[in-house]
Amino acid sequence: MSGNTDSRVGTTYSLPLTLWISLFFVVPMAIVFLYSFLTRDVGGGVRWEFNLDAYAAIFKQTSSGQFIYLDILWYTLWMAVAATVLTILVALPCAYYIARTKNNTLLLFLVIIPFWVNFMIRIYAWVAILGQSGILNEGLMALGLIKEPVQFLFNDYAVLLVLVYTNLPFAILPLFTTIEKFDFGLLEAARDLGATHMGSLRKVMLPNIQGGIITAVLFTFIPIFGTFAVPDVMGDSNTYMLGQLITSKLKMTGDYPGASSLSVLILILTAGGLILYTAFQRKQEKDKMVTIAEDAL
Amino acid sequence: MTKPRLSKAVFWTTIAFLFLPLVVLMVFSFNEGRTMVWKGFSFRWYESLFLHQPRLWAAVSNTLIVAFTSSILATVIGTLGAIAIHWYRFKAKAYVQAMSFLPLILPEIIIGVSLLIFFRMIGMPLSLWTIVIAHTSFTMPFVLLMVTARLGEFDNSIIEAARDLGARESQTLFRVILPIAVPGIFAGFLTAFTLSLEDFVVTFFVTGSGSDTLPIFIYNQIKRKLPPEINAFSVVLIGVTVFLLFFARRSIKYFVQRK
Repeated sequence: MSGNTDSRVGTTYSLPLTLWISLFFVVPMAIVFLYSFLTRDVGGGVRWEFNLDAYAAIFKQTSSGQFIYLDILWYTLWMAVAATVLTILVALPCAYYIARTKNNTLLLFLVIIPFWVNFMIRIYAWVAILGQSGILNEGLMALGLIKEPVQFLFNDYAVLLVLVYTNLPFAILPLFTTIEKFDFGLLEAARDLGATHMGSLRKVMLPNIQGGIITAVLFTFIPIFGTFAVPDVMGDSNTYMLGQLITSKLKMTGDYPGASSLSVLILILTAGGLILYTAFQRKQEKDKMVTIAEDAL
Repeated sequence: MTKPRLSKAVFWTTIAFLFLPLVVLMVFSFNEGRTMVWKGFSFRWYESLFLHQPRLWAAVSNTLIVAFTSSILATVIGTLGAIAIHWYRFKAKAYVQAMSFLPLILPEIIIGVSLLIFFRMIGMPLSLWTIVIAHTSFTMPFVLLMVTARLGEFDNSIIEAARDLGARESQTLFRVILPIAVPGIFAGFLTAFTLSLEDFVVTFFVTGSGSDTLPIFIYNQIKRKLPPEINAFSVVLIGVTVFLLFFARRSIKYFVQRK
């Protein structure tokens, strides 16, 4: 129904948006792309000599044959997969329970409320709980279970814990919206036909809520590639995630081409994820069409 | 029908997990001692929060300045853009739609990196202004999304009706389009405002000296040793947020009922 009228008015209304997006999003992104092919200069600048050095650096090895950046990339990927799997495993039953409860507004509120507290304060609260003089150590020592404080921070588990903590609502909400639309009568039908409770959930419900699961996975998985604060505060200072690597290149060593090439890498990974997502949705629609066609025959 | 017992247990455990840090902050904000060992009930950190933490309050004021300026900018520009996209034809439509969708899905760090490199390249010093520009850029797509969703409930006929009745373009905008878009504009503004208050990653890249916002201030403090006033501050913040949200809900209801 849109797009009939005077295009002069449309141009006027859209002008501020077009200019802003171009100047402060498209141009900066183009510069990042350009910088990723330039040469790093001393003092945090760039020299206008085109080459692929910044990309080659991603595959550079140390003398002992260790890949520095690829290892960081691999580690980030591993953490992202682990955090996403954990998040979905917790979020699925939560969303299911909310969807099956009649007055679920309150339950949804309970999920969202903790996120009204500033992100950084939530991270700090975990430091206050897990730190060496934190509440957990003090409690365990008071109970006489441990003599010396244990270092719960600065390891992968602490990072995973907080990643799951910060991502949970973003997974629960899209899962809830799809599960809510699911026809629970189908579960009963499956059980009447002899399926077990778990079996009916897996074979009947899971395929029907795939869309929600994929959205939840994307919301959890993609941001972890750029995450910086969580591993920086909670993690081992000897292991870097991709976000930390980019930050150190930009803020400490002034390696702009290096930071740019890694940003382009994240961009490609994100684009890849999205292409898979749309391809999956198309396939699902096609499958649906096939089923309808078969039914018609 | 089977009772979802397992999922119920998981749900309430998760809620406990989500609330645990908040409860800890709340309890220890009243602790007499400096550490996480309970030394007795006291309001001393609340007192000292208001008297002896000027840098924290400076960060709060920066955060509010940035959040108000950027969310108002994002709302005005985003709303006009949404109206143009929904109802009008213009040349760069496909380009604007694609480019304003991208920031929604890209990891935030990319926005931060690209803007920092951009500001350095054009020689713009990092300050509150660079933060405002950055926040406006990444919150605007959300405003656009929400206003467009609201406008999607109406078709062209109301504009045509306004024109047929002799309304000028400005009258159509202020008397017809904007009033029906109000719920979307309001939702967009609130989203932009909260995203700006919350933001750490993008701000971290484009902040200059002396322009620290609250998340940056807390981050810098975590790296050293956090003052115990932070506990008290978190509780004040939770209180203010709950109050504001209650207020926002009331005003949304008011808007909805008036229609």
